[in-house]
Amino acid sequence: MDLSSHDHGLPDDGAGADGLGLAELAEEVGVADPVTIAGLATRGGPVPGVRPVMAPVGIVSIRADEMTVRCGAGTPVSELDDALAAVGQSVAIPPTGTVGGALAVGHSGLRRLGYGPIRDTVLQVRYVSAAGEVVTAGGPTVKNVSGFDLCRLLVGSRGTLGFLAEVILRTRPRARYEQWFTSTADPWDLVATLYRPTSVLWDGERTLVLLEGDRRDVDDQARLLGLSPADPPGSLPTGGRWSLPPNELQRLPPTGRFVAEIGVGIVHHEHPPPDRQVDPAVSELHRRIKQRFDPTGRLNPGVSVLDGVG
Amino acid sequence: MSTGPSSALFDDLRAVLDTDRVRTGATELGLYRKDASNMEGTTSVVCLPRTTDEVAGCVRAAVRHGVPFVARGSGTGLAGGAVPLDGAVVIVTSKMDRVLSVDRVARTAWVEPGVLNLDLSRQVAHLGLHFAPDPSSQQTCSIGGNVANNAGGPHCLAEGVTASHVLAVEVVLPDGTVTVLGGEDPEPPGYDLRGVFVGSEGMFGIATRICVRLVPDPPAIRTLLLDFLDVDDGARTVSDIIAAGMVPAAVEMMDQLCLEAVEGYIHAGLPVDAAVALLVEVVGLPHGVEADVERITRIARERGVRDIRIAADETERALLWKGRKSAFGAIARIKPNYYLHDTVVPRSRLPAVLAQVYEIAARHQLLVLNVFHAGDGNLHPLLVFDKREPGVMERVHAAGEEIVRASVAAGGVLSGEHGIGLEKRDLMGLMFGPVDLAAQAALRDAFDPAGMANPRKVLPSGSACGDLQAVPEGAWI
Repeated sequence: MDLSSHDHGLPDDGAGADGLGLAELAEEVGVADPVTIAGLATRGGPVPGVRPVMAPVGIVSIRADEMTVRCGAGTPVSELDDALAAVGQSVAIPPTGTVGGALAVGHSGLRRLGYGPIRDTVLQVRYVSAAGEVVTAGGPTVKNVSGFDLCRLLVGSRGTLGFLAEVILRTRPRARYEQWFTSTADPWDLVATLYRPTSVLWDGERTLVLLEGDRRDVDDQARLLGLSPADPPGSLPTGGRWSLPPNELQRLPPTGRFVAEIGVGIVHHEHPPPDRQVDPAVSELHRRIKQRFDPTGRLNPGVSVLDGVG
Repeated sequence: MSTGPSSALFDDLRAVLDTDRVRTGATELGLYRKDASNMEGTTSVVCLPRTTDEVAGCVRAAVRHGVPFVARGSGTGLAGGAVPLDGAVVIVTSKMDRVLSVDRVARTAWVEPGVLNLDLSRQVAHLGLHFAPDPSSQQTCSIGGNVANNAGGPHCLAEGVTASHVLAVEVVLPDGTVTVLGGEDPEPPGYDLRGVFVGSEGMFGIATRICVRLVPDPPAIRTLLLDFLDVDDGARTVSDIIAAGMVPAAVEMMDQLCLEAVEGYIHAGLPVDAAVALLVEVVGLPHGVEADVERITRIARERGVRDIRIAADETERALLWKGRKSAFGAIARIKPNYYLHDTVVPRSRLPAVLAQVYEIAARHQLLVLNVFHAGDGNLHPLLVFDKREPGVMERVHAAGEEIVRASVAAGGVLSGEHGIGLEKRDLMGLMFGPVDLAAQAALRDAFDPAGMANPRKVLPSGSACGDLQAVPEGAWI
């Protein structure tokens, strides 16, 4: 691993380098038969009964002064997080499974309110296409508008358009101080009053708030709003992951245990999410995109990103 | 393909819009043949719709007659993205300029595409909110244009570019269908079509309503001007700040020629004898801001900073920012014309690439000013010249291409915020191989199988099925 922070080893973040065996993955994916991608099976795992392949594992480089990290998509998030912690940084990816699995599913973590969505962390991807070729999308720098944004297309695409092989991600400085608090105040008052809280969770009675930054600022905010220090949240209901416009959390149905991400709109619920409708024009765009990226439907066969949507 | 005037097409467009919002006069056609780049195309008709239905009607009429269309906001684009090719119908969204709704609890707003960037922030200022992307053209550029180009600006260092601030887009697809991509909820089902639409440079359809995120104004702001007698020291200070675990709201750099030009223009007391100055802004809660100011000051001293000026009040802060944002106007004091590039390089490569930029300009006997988003490595070298000087354009284009190549060779990218458009289309091969370009072409094809939306931009010919090219006047190839 290259932990250097200055002027050497840079071409590694440009095009071409293949220290991780991307070509081998491309060969394994091949061109003909159905194939699925496997990781640590924390998010449902590979498609049963289909030949599995695995993405490369390992960190290629951490560049603290660029705030970027380049790693194989098969790298466990915990391994990435440990390595980034050593340089005082982190990445806004939820803390289980592999980097590629987290990106393919596209669900953000509990700190989305402060850190932004997972889709914004991706700067460059190399993926293996249905034609068994390594495709590069995006670029290695923190800012880039060169060409159409295939990185955004791939985040949340569940391996239906290509298998993530290697990514360059935007990192962020670890906060100098963080503390969870609890409060019985109205969570909407809290989210409106606090300056950029990292997380505000509400279970219908109690609110948990995560504040980060300079300790004096955190303490001042807590004092001002009467927050009491608390442990981090425990386990969340896993019956359904609801995605609602943030204001609709004020009108959640009264049944079932839930933890709602206030200001974000995600509800971790005991019950499955309400049915959703997709506009026919949007479905048609999905069909056309899939048809062009995977005409024979060989990548993660049977998986549809619109599953369970009306 | 029709490139000449077509009375049947005009009649159909007049059936969609009032007669006076379908323009075919020579003067107007001349204006809409170009944007803020130095490239020109051709058009025979300009449409000024006021509603989504009217935009859809214009698109359907154009497509029915086999004529492509190009959407246009304020025309401030620098890469030729809004230059009409093949006699495209120009659909101008500047009359769609209403802020439709503001939700102060969710901190979102639905706006029409013609709303000007700075007008949006002004209209929500009383709520303590603003729209984060702030391109230098923010007084005149439109939100629709920001969406098309995935626009940036100084404050995108900490806040992210336009894609991070757009939640949903109502679009007229290239076949005239109207739909909404993305949503007000955090994880809409399916592919992130919102994400791919932002930055698609008008080639995936036309945005007619946009749901944007608004961010809270920070409780504390400190703005510092740090000046250095050596360009390298300034550039290395930028890397050191980031490596120390800080992400200031903005880190901008101006070199000596730029400082001189700006000072002569606005008299802000800028250090005109410095090699470079950094404009650094730190925002947040008061203790954290003061701690960052101390740390930045210490880092700058270690790098030999000559003077540190901290804005004493909002007036002084505004003056320093005016200096940064009026750089482009000030340049007219040196030479009448400029050509601006927009590459991004890794921050750690700024000193080396800047040295190359100066060397390239000198070799081509051109003046270059640098005023740019140093915090994210986004260079803005301005080649200044007088286009009446014989042979100067050739030198400007040659120097520009060398700068782009040097940036990409240093591990950088073609464009950080201006887009590819027509200008850098044929340099896409520096960053992407044929397989990569084919994947981008496939995405475009999914949105626009007939290729009617802003054709022949972004992707070089041969990316997909090889459409033949005519080289437009002024194109930099």
